Amino acid sequence: MSNRRRAHALIFAGSIIFAFLLQLTPLPLALAAFKPYWLALVMIYWAIEAPHRVGLGFAFLIGLAGDLLIGQVLGEQALRLVVLVFIVLRFRSRLRFFPIGQQSLAVLALLLNDRMVVMMIRGFAGDPMPPLDFWVAPVVGMLAWPFVFLLLDDLRARIRAKST
Amino acid sequence: MPVTSPDKVSLFAEGTVSTLRLIVYLAAAMIIMVIDHRGGYLQGLRNMANLVVEPAYRAAALPSEVVRAGKLAIATQSHLVDENRALKEALLLAQVRLNRMSALTAQNDRLKQLLDVQRDLGLGVQLAQLIDIDLDPFRHRVVLNAGSAQSIVVGQPVLDAFGVMGQVVEVMPNTSVAMLITDPAHAIPVMVARTGLRTIAYGTGAIDRLQLPNIPISADLKVGDALVTSGLGGRFPAGFPVGEVLEISNDESGMFAAAIARPAAALDRSGEVLLLQDLPQPMGPPVPEPGMQTPVEDVSASPAPGGQP
Repeated sequence: MSNRRRAHALIFAGSIIFAFLLQLTPLPLALAAFKPYWLALVMIYWAIEAPHRVGLGFAFLIGLAGDLLIGQVLGEQALRLVVLVFIVLRFRSRLRFFPIGQQSLAVLALLLNDRMVVMMIRGFAGDPMPPLDFWVAPVVGMLAWPFVFLLLDDLRARIRAKST
Repeated sequence: MPVTSPDKVSLFAEGTVSTLRLIVYLAAAMIIMVIDHRGGYLQGLRNMANLVVEPAYRAAALPSEVVRAGKLAIATQSHLVDENRALKEALLLAQVRLNRMSALTAQNDRLKQLLDVQRDLGLGVQLAQLIDIDLDPFRHRVVLNAGSAQSIVVGQPVLDAFGVMGQVVEVMPNTSVAMLITDPAHAIPVMVARTGLRTIAYGTGAIDRLQLPNIPISADLKVGDALVTSGLGGRFPAGFPVGEVLEISNDESGMFAAAIARPAAALDRSGEVLLLQDLPQPMGPPVPEPGMQTPVEDVSASPAPGGQP
């Protein structure tokens, strides 16, 4: 039992670290704008599946870590992830039972909302408005969601099968 | 734990996470952001956390490095021979140009001595490599594999073989972050090489575009004009290619012309870059050094009177 919990914690931590690295890894220049917000996808997954691990405080800390690694202003991603995780936890009981297509649409809405939060933050900071392809990344995130979900679900199912 | 028994919650219950905590965290994030925006503590923090940050950068750059190494390993010999020949030709060309330049430089030095000009064009350069990671596609920053341990300082101009790329904005012990000239927050003082018209080129956020607003309508500017650094502002030394004018149009008010230029440097191709070591002419009076010995040094250290923007 404790073995299984340890493996579960390993997947949890590993997926988040992997999301950080994926966020940093460059895409070819033509695709640079299409990079989804991997960290958000992984956080959504864990907020739906393991809400006892992912609370607002955890999202806040992960966001600060993200700012330390990637961000320009400390606190930007912390704010984004807190908003995101709050919405997911609020509607968790419904999101869990959505079929995957509907879930993807919900993820699209979450990521679009996230983009709006970014725009607000940058607007307050006095940055110029981002170009149009700023809005493409949420769509890519939506398309990537089923894969993230199925991959992580499958990993967890394997552990469960192995430990019983 | 905020969530007690998630499985017993009905399908349409609003989750158990409380709004109060959301407000507290949002307020905390906003306070941190405002403080950081004013004070810029993020860089200091990143410096302190460099033991984690730098390895993460290197790890994230690993896949593209592997791809590059793989490409090199499976490159055919004919391709390598071709490349080698092209490089040799380029070297020969550069050598010839350099030889001609060295005569000119010697002559220039003599003339300068005659004119008693103290400005020195001797440039110390340092090679650095780009670490191939992506900080934010909407801000144009690159990470270099040299930092304060290699005596990189904030403000050093970054060049490649074709022109100015940007400047160093953040230094960590073994890595540094440079802002490209196309970053929306970047501006570089330029001069039209043909006419000497001085203006400022702003980054646009597009990797192949620079923007030159507020040019007088009567100014002599043509499509195809080369832009070089003007040396004003004291950050970039004068005379390095910046870009080429692509198009000229009137701005909305009709009072000024606005031009679009293409950067000369290959900003979108990663590889090796040059960091200028000698910062150009210092702004304002020089800092008095404790170990100052001869009055001659004092004269040579004073800035040129035209150096103020």
